[in-house]
Amino acid sequence: MSAGALLAASGSGIDFPILNALIFVPAVGALVVALLPRSRPDLARPMGALFAGIGGALALALAWQFDTAAAADAESVGEGFQFISQQSWIPDLGISWHVGVDGISLWLVVLTSVIVPIVLAGVDPHHDPKPYTAWMLLLQAGSVGAFVALDLFLFFVMFEVVLVPMYLLIAGWGYDGRRYAATKFFIYTMAGSALLLVAIIATAVLGSPDSGITFDLVTLAEGQGLATNAARLCFVAFAIAFLVKVPAVPLHTWLPDAHTEAPTAGSVVLAAVLLKLGTYGLLRFGLYLFPEASDWAAPVLVTVGVVGVIWGAITAAMQRDLKRLVAYSSVAHMGFIVLGIFAFTAEAIGGGVIQMVNHGISTGALFLLVGMLYERRRTRQIDELAGIQSAAPVYAGVFTLIMLSSIGVPGLNGFVGEFLILIGSFETRRWWTVVAATGVILAALYLLWAYQRVFHGPPAAADRQTADLRKGELLTLAPFVIAAVALGVYPKPLLNATEPAADTLLEHLVEHSDFELPDPGDPVIVDAGDGADAHDGDDH
Amino acid sequence: MPSLDELFDETFASPGVDWWVLVPQIILVSAALGLLLVASLAPRALPAWASTIVTIATGAAVAVTAAIQWTDWGSAPRSTLAGAFVSDGFSLLITVLVGAGVVMTALVAHSALDRYAMAPPEFAALLLASAAGAVVMAGANDLIVLFLGLESLSIALYVLIALAGRRASARESAMKYFVLGAFSSAFFLYGIALVYGATGGTNLSGISEFLFGTIRDNDYLLLAGVALLLVGLGFKIAAVPFHFWAPDVYEGAPSPVTGYLASIAKAAGFAALARVLYVAVFQQGTAWSPVIVALAFASLAVGAVMAICQSDVKRMLAFSSISHAGFVLVGLAAVDPDIVDGLWANFAGSVGAAADLGDGVSSAVFYLVVYSFMALGSFAVLSAVVGSSTDPDDGTSRHDVSRYSGLARRRPVLALAFAVLLLAQAGVPLTAGFVAKFEVIRAAVGEGIYVLAAVAMVTAVVSAFAYLRVVLAMYAPEGAAASEDDAPTARVSRPRWGDLPLTTVLAIALAVAVTLVIGVLPQTLLEWSADAALSIFP
Repeated sequence: MSAGALLAASGSGIDFPILNALIFVPAVGALVVALLPRSRPDLARPMGALFAGIGGALALALAWQFDTAAAADAESVGEGFQFISQQSWIPDLGISWHVGVDGISLWLVVLTSVIVPIVLAGVDPHHDPKPYTAWMLLLQAGSVGAFVALDLFLFFVMFEVVLVPMYLLIAGWGYDGRRYAATKFFIYTMAGSALLLVAIIATAVLGSPDSGITFDLVTLAEGQGLATNAARLCFVAFAIAFLVKVPAVPLHTWLPDAHTEAPTAGSVVLAAVLLKLGTYGLLRFGLYLFPEASDWAAPVLVTVGVVGVIWGAITAAMQRDLKRLVAYSSVAHMGFIVLGIFAFTAEAIGGGVIQMVNHGISTGALFLLVGMLYERRRTRQIDELAGIQSAAPVYAGVFTLIMLSSIGVPGLNGFVGEFLILIGSFETRRWWTVVAATGVILAALYLLWAYQRVFHGPPAAADRQTADLRKGELLTLAPFVIAAVALGVYPKPLLNATEPAADTLLEHLVEHSDFELPDPGDPVIVDAGDGADAHDGDDH
Repeated sequence: MPSLDELFDETFASPGVDWWVLVPQIILVSAALGLLLVASLAPRALPAWASTIVTIATGAAVAVTAAIQWTDWGSAPRSTLAGAFVSDGFSLLITVLVGAGVVMTALVAHSALDRYAMAPPEFAALLLASAAGAVVMAGANDLIVLFLGLESLSIALYVLIALAGRRASARESAMKYFVLGAFSSAFFLYGIALVYGATGGTNLSGISEFLFGTIRDNDYLLLAGVALLLVGLGFKIAAVPFHFWAPDVYEGAPSPVTGYLASIAKAAGFAALARVLYVAVFQQGTAWSPVIVALAFASLAVGAVMAICQSDVKRMLAFSSISHAGFVLVGLAAVDPDIVDGLWANFAGSVGAAADLGDGVSSAVFYLVVYSFMALGSFAVLSAVVGSSTDPDDGTSRHDVSRYSGLARRRPVLALAFAVLLLAQAGVPLTAGFVAKFEVIRAAVGEGIYVLAAVAMVTAVVSAFAYLRVVLAMYAPEGAAASEDDAPTARVSRPRWGDLPLTTVLAIALAVAVTLVIGVLPQTLLEWSADAALSIFP
């Protein structure tokens, strides 16, 4: 691709502001699509997919160029950032356009930039393609921006920018209850971010070095200028905003509605990208910015995570609507990630990051599949479906594979993250981990049970006529299937980037809080990846 | 015993007038008088467009003059008329804002004058007269001058609303505004009297010097006077609990006038409030800052909660403007009592503290400017929507939310502009509304009033719901639009800008442009408002 050529031409790849391009290419695309002539609405989607696709290609190039050796050498979290680009924005307030990636954000950026073009190309919005495409592109730009922002102000802007397109996508292209769901989504998230804004400002005002106010994440986090109590209060506000987004029980009730009523593409992006903003925020702006407060609040947050795992799984099992079931399964999976983040071991944090990516892949694909089924049958009620397997064997096959990946069957991507989280958490949070592990069993229960009801059994007339996957749909699903298998068999590329980042983050935590690693000499912690791989191998 | 001649020589010296300082007012008043003169002597000689052009030119001239004055003189205060009027960065920034507001109001009103059966020259003259009042209020350094400005602004506004007297709602609105406005003016006047009694002067700087320079038994009389001044100004800015007139008056007044009322009249009120609080009675900061905090709390909460209960878009915007006033008050409340005490301790060498002090006022000024454009733009959209509809008299209010349903389909660009303005008012990033809220919260957090900051943000979420309802209605899907009878024809003809009056379109475009540009690149306006805020500190 041209992006690769550009990077090669610029030598090390540092000169080309690839992160800015990742944000601005889709943003410009949104503008171009919005300005397309009214008489040619058919141009909107190809044009949108093109711009989003350029972003995707750039993101892959970014992953290719990411220097894992340099990441491994980084002494602190701040040094771990690569492809940094910094421009002064509002100098009076110490606000700058400061972006960079490390092993934690890298794969989320790639995930976002790749998924949006796929769903843009693969999912038909049915009406008004022009605004739909423009909003999707803006969503991509905002999400990537939030993942790479290294300035609190910039992060907040991006965090909020994501909200508006998602809101309008749900409200404009969703199903029957879309207005209620869209408003609920907006109000929940905005209520969280209202406090977040106050906390961001308080952090900057109180925590800035004497040289002047700054919103720079690295400066604030490495400086640790806040008093203990102020930091704890700010952390609570940050955590609530992110837990709404995750969503963690009991702040999760917007999610089933938003997911169910959103158009398919909206659901996919919501699950794959937007929820990650919450867990990513907890890592980047929770753990990194407020290490002491994170340690202080860890018992509560770990509990919240475990409650999410169990609650989400049980509620998912009770659902009659297939899409709602997938939505609740998200709650369970995201609970695992919260547990991993606040277990404070390198494996658990790394596993959390990997689980973020894998959840994006498997749940995103599940939403695509449910959407395709709805297109054919105009229903998602489990009761009204049966025996689809015989009519649509390929569809059933793909569904099986993705479902197994979501359950976390070894050999598929879902297993790697969950396993690392459980291993890592077991060292510091034994009983929580034991409870959470039952969530894995529950996941098998609700998904397999739903599968049995929908795909097996005697098909009715309508079921028999359910068409199988078309070529275009297969092509849309192919990247998800490939990624699910590839990352399940060989997760090393993911781990290589995330491990050093998780390690430095943990060191930062140990340095700035009372937290101590359970057994500092344990080789499992030093060589987290190898240890995990060894376990991985044992299971096969 | 001196002779009579000596007495005259020594004591009767009329104050020096720095005419150059007064140029904005002179422009405004002479344009207003000229228009009235021509309109009464030769009523047919003046077509509607001519008076609009004169108004626009006058507004632009005022803004440009003030801008030039600011560039030439910097922000340092230049007082004239024996210190009764002062021209500093603060007053000049507000003057620029007033000029821009006049331009936008004239643009929007041009197409609406017919609809409301308002005589163009009278409308223009009254608009300019009220603007002159606003400019006087921004620079008044004497309570009496302040009162003069307040009355010129208010009386012109009473009549502006009543000009559309063919509609009963406008008459009711004008009457309500007049009765309550006169009442509040009386409060204000009595407040002046009490403050005069307590301090022996009406000059704002003089009052400040007196307060810092004397040791007094008690300040009861002064505080009673300040409280009455707050009542009078609180009415002008429609802060809760002095807000009861606002929804009714806003609803009844013609939309262009409502926009002016909600932005420029409010800005002038805030300018006067800031000067009274921070110049005259700054020494009593510990006494008035809790009152401002309370007003801010009440305005934020009542404005937001009432806004979500409204089914009429115009009333919703009225309540939301109350909640915006709350935000500006948060900015004004952001003064640290310790600094006041510190200032008191060493009044002479206290300029260093001003940099910190400026934050609150600076954020309030920034918010005012941004809010004014959003309000002017929003009411311009209302004017365009009503003006373009056939307006059937079916008993529903003229701005019922249902009127806006499916607007995005009928007029995509207008709907998008309105959506931008509403989302900006909700405080969505990359719009000016967000930076404004950010600034105010920063000032509040910087002064340690965390609870107020948190409450402000929570009410922002509540009022976001009110804005979203309108946005949702505009972007209502095909299903809802199809049930309307006129929808098919609307889709065939696809009107875009064509049948909307060009002047209104210009005004809306200007408001949207300002909202977006400041939202992305706020640095310049931030510097201006910081400059302006610093200039009012003694």
